[in-house]
Amino acid sequence: MTNLTGFSMPDLGPVMPEIVMTCLALLILLADLVIKRKETIAFLSIVSVAAVTYLLVGSTGITFNGMFIADNYSLFFKLIFMLNVVLTVLISVKYIAIEKVNFGEYYSLILLSTLGMMLMASAGDLITLYLGLELMALSTYVLAGFLRHDIKSNEAAMKYFLLGAFASAFLLYGTSLIYGLTGTTDLKAISSYISVNGLSGNPVLTLSMTMFAVAFSFKIAAVPFHMWAPDVYEGSPTSITAFMSVGPKAAGFAVLGRVFMTAFGAARIEWTGILIPIAILTMAVGNIAAISQINIKRMLAYSSIAHAGYVLLGIIAGTSEGTASVLNYLFIYAFMNIGAFAVVIMLRSEGFKGDDISDYEGLAKTHPLAAALMLVFMFSLTGIPPTAGFMGKFYIFMSAISAGYTWLAVIAVIFSAISAYFYLRIVMYMYMKEPKAAVQLSVSPGIALALTITVIAVLVIGVLPSKVINVARIAARF
Amino acid sequence: MNLNGFPILSTLIFLPIAGAVLLLLISRSNENLIKWVSLIVSITVFIISIPLFTEFNKSTHLMQFTEKHAWVPSLNINYSLGIDGISILFVLLSTLITILCVLISWNSIKAKTKEFYISILIMESAMIGVFCSLDFMLFYLFWEAMLIPMYLLIGVWGGSNRIYAAVKFFLFTLVGSLLMLIGIIVLYYQAGRTFDILELMTKTYPYQLQIWLLWAFFAAFAVKVPMFPVHTWLPDAHTEAPTAGSVILAAVLIKMGAYGFIRFSLPLFPDASRAMTPVMLTLSVIAIIYGAVICLAQTDLKRLIAYSSVSHMGFVTLGIFALNSQGMEGGILQMINHGVVTGALFLSVGMIYDRTHTRQISDYGGVASAMPVYASLFMVFTLASIGLPATNGFIGEFLIILGGFKANQWAGVLAATGVIIGAGYMLWLYQRVFFMETNQKVAGLADINLREIITLLPMIILIFWIGIYPNAFLGFMHESVKHLLERVNSGSMHEVGVAKNILEIIK
Repeated sequence: MTNLTGFSMPDLGPVMPEIVMTCLALLILLADLVIKRKETIAFLSIVSVAAVTYLLVGSTGITFNGMFIADNYSLFFKLIFMLNVVLTVLISVKYIAIEKVNFGEYYSLILLSTLGMMLMASAGDLITLYLGLELMALSTYVLAGFLRHDIKSNEAAMKYFLLGAFASAFLLYGTSLIYGLTGTTDLKAISSYISVNGLSGNPVLTLSMTMFAVAFSFKIAAVPFHMWAPDVYEGSPTSITAFMSVGPKAAGFAVLGRVFMTAFGAARIEWTGILIPIAILTMAVGNIAAISQINIKRMLAYSSIAHAGYVLLGIIAGTSEGTASVLNYLFIYAFMNIGAFAVVIMLRSEGFKGDDISDYEGLAKTHPLAAALMLVFMFSLTGIPPTAGFMGKFYIFMSAISAGYTWLAVIAVIFSAISAYFYLRIVMYMYMKEPKAAVQLSVSPGIALALTITVIAVLVIGVLPSKVINVARIAARF
Repeated sequence: MNLNGFPILSTLIFLPIAGAVLLLLISRSNENLIKWVSLIVSITVFIISIPLFTEFNKSTHLMQFTEKHAWVPSLNINYSLGIDGISILFVLLSTLITILCVLISWNSIKAKTKEFYISILIMESAMIGVFCSLDFMLFYLFWEAMLIPMYLLIGVWGGSNRIYAAVKFFLFTLVGSLLMLIGIIVLYYQAGRTFDILELMTKTYPYQLQIWLLWAFFAAFAVKVPMFPVHTWLPDAHTEAPTAGSVILAAVLIKMGAYGFIRFSLPLFPDASRAMTPVMLTLSVIAIIYGAVICLAQTDLKRLIAYSSVSHMGFVTLGIFALNSQGMEGGILQMINHGVVTGALFLSVGMIYDRTHTRQISDYGGVASAMPVYASLFMVFTLASIGLPATNGFIGEFLIILGGFKANQWAGVLAATGVIIGAGYMLWLYQRVFFMETNQKVAGLADINLREIITLLPMIILIFWIGIYPNAFLGFMHESVKHLLERVNSGSMHEVGVAKNILEIIK
């Protein structure tokens, strides 16, 4: 405290969206006390997100001595998070009423979790990263267990919490090792220390990178750290499953990309050696295990594991093209996956769970529109043109092949063909079987809007991918 | 040549999609309106495609009716269309077949009518798109997009074992296509970041790479053709599909594989293609004979015709990989022929199936006495399938066997035995179904009505038109085929030239 006058206020411009987000999330928590109609809270949370999005576009820069970076890369991820919140809120409104957990805290927890993701995307320092990750994770643990009277939801929250805690521990081990090695937690400083001192190949560095890989693999649900995903996805409220399968996963990729590309850029050969087996295993286990599922939420859980495997290819490519393909894919994935979950949610009605695959039998006959939407999402998840899912996969394969990983791309397409089997099974149940029981759809304006947005996005990006790819390419430059 | 700037190919591709969207808006209870709208759309598309036939310049191998717009500029993907002498006939075949498919389904499709006609129209867009694309990405987009409506056509409106057949069809095709996708991307980087098919064809690639890519593309095309030994999806899919689905499959879809060989494999990988000729010829001959022999053992009408497709497509690939002009032109013509004849056979089988609801050959017999008009039309198709002179089948098979003989005597000889077995199973089929004792199930059936006759009429006309004056169709391909063969065979010329130069220098 020798030089108090030298203290200058850090530039708050770049971090303004996060500050506003914090305030709004807390305001909504308070507003919940006076506002009885929970739809209003939902509406307010969408308004908050809109306000934050408005601020996001203008705020770029580095602040807090490089601990917080608001660049195009983080901006792109934050837009995915915002999209994720909007779509999740839209599909939640009626659903949480049906589940009888219509509490205002639900929405502020979603906002706080998203705040954590935003911090992760902007983390220029391992400490910021850890803070963001914990904020995200703790809020999501609560959300996973939001169905207090449902034993499966409780199990999901507990499992997610315990395994998440392990993941955090790994992250801290990795951080402390790297701090011991380089004396800093700043990503850029770590990078220059490694290249100046020629540390690539150093066993401690490799160990530390492995720790990071393990921690991030937990967050993106990559094999063999995926064990929590099916149970948690199945037990959580479906809207939260949709939220988790997009937001935290994208946030995981955001930090994975930034940490490995920036901090460990010089040790690329070592970390690709760690990530390649993870990617192959992820694709294999995700796609093969999904085949035998009878619960659609579990199936989509394994599907989301498999998709993490494809996305890892873009990271492994290690080029800016690769990063662009990751961004592009995650953006597209948000639409198609939440779209699929929106249909799953529609099948849940008073006294009917509607999450067995057999519940989809003959849906095309009883509810042709819902079936047609599900068909689009299933084909998009398979990666069949002219849907967006194809463009996402195509760009990933392209970047992998461009970086010389043709063999990895061949493995990926083989698993991708296997995935066709279980996605098509849903289509087959809907269109080629006779309905067993009359399925009641719970439709609401929110869910209709969410489905409209997602299906249009999936088809338009599938046919005209140019805009998204261009933006992703700009965002991929650190 | 763009007909005063009118984007005719784009219109052909997007009009059916627009029609499908229109159908989407029609109430599903209004089935008649749905049928009429799809019929009018498909006829309009056909009429628009006629100028291709009349305005086509036969004296050049260059692409005509071209259109080109940037699509994904950052990856150098273009929306690029055009047709040449190889693709034009397939575009016309697709537009014609769609009309017939709408007509044949008029009364036989009773459930989910709206979805059915939407699928048919989307299918048409994708088929035309495949044959017109001059950009690899665009091509792949249509190629894969076709799987969705076809999967539904087989799986929703098909026979009793339809789900198995639909899934098998989808998975077989998807695996092949995805391997080709990898090949396309590798090619893209090898050629300096371009998907432009015409530009890719001007470059030469290292021999080892050519071999790899040839097999990657082979995975996609051979499954579609289907060549032995990846043909097993075809009998299931053809048999279980509804009539319209079988017709589309037989007439257009499986042509895409052979078209792929001609359009992509040969000109892109000429050296590898030449090196692999013996393998391809062997597989073709196996398909010809194996397919024909299996036909003799079939008890199911549709399954028999399906296996005959394996045999006939063996002829096509034999002609293509003979790598001479007779074989190639014969192969292309035989693709059209097979589309017409097998399409007509499936249409005919569909007509009688609508009446009897059985496909078992043993359930028939004596149909000729109950349905004389039908029997005489079926006779024409049978004879065309066998390849009797004056029908189109003769011209195609003759040219192919000639070409095959020039390439490899044994291939020519063995292929000719396929024709003999072909006559055997087709005539025997005809005998068992139409003659012999009248079966209980057949007695008293109504002969085919006007709608059905109109459906078959274009096929009859084409069979004799091609059979008697083939030059009307062969004339389209002369220049394109010549140009293609120059490209494929120039590699060796080039090597000979280099060798001569070296000899000169040594002297």
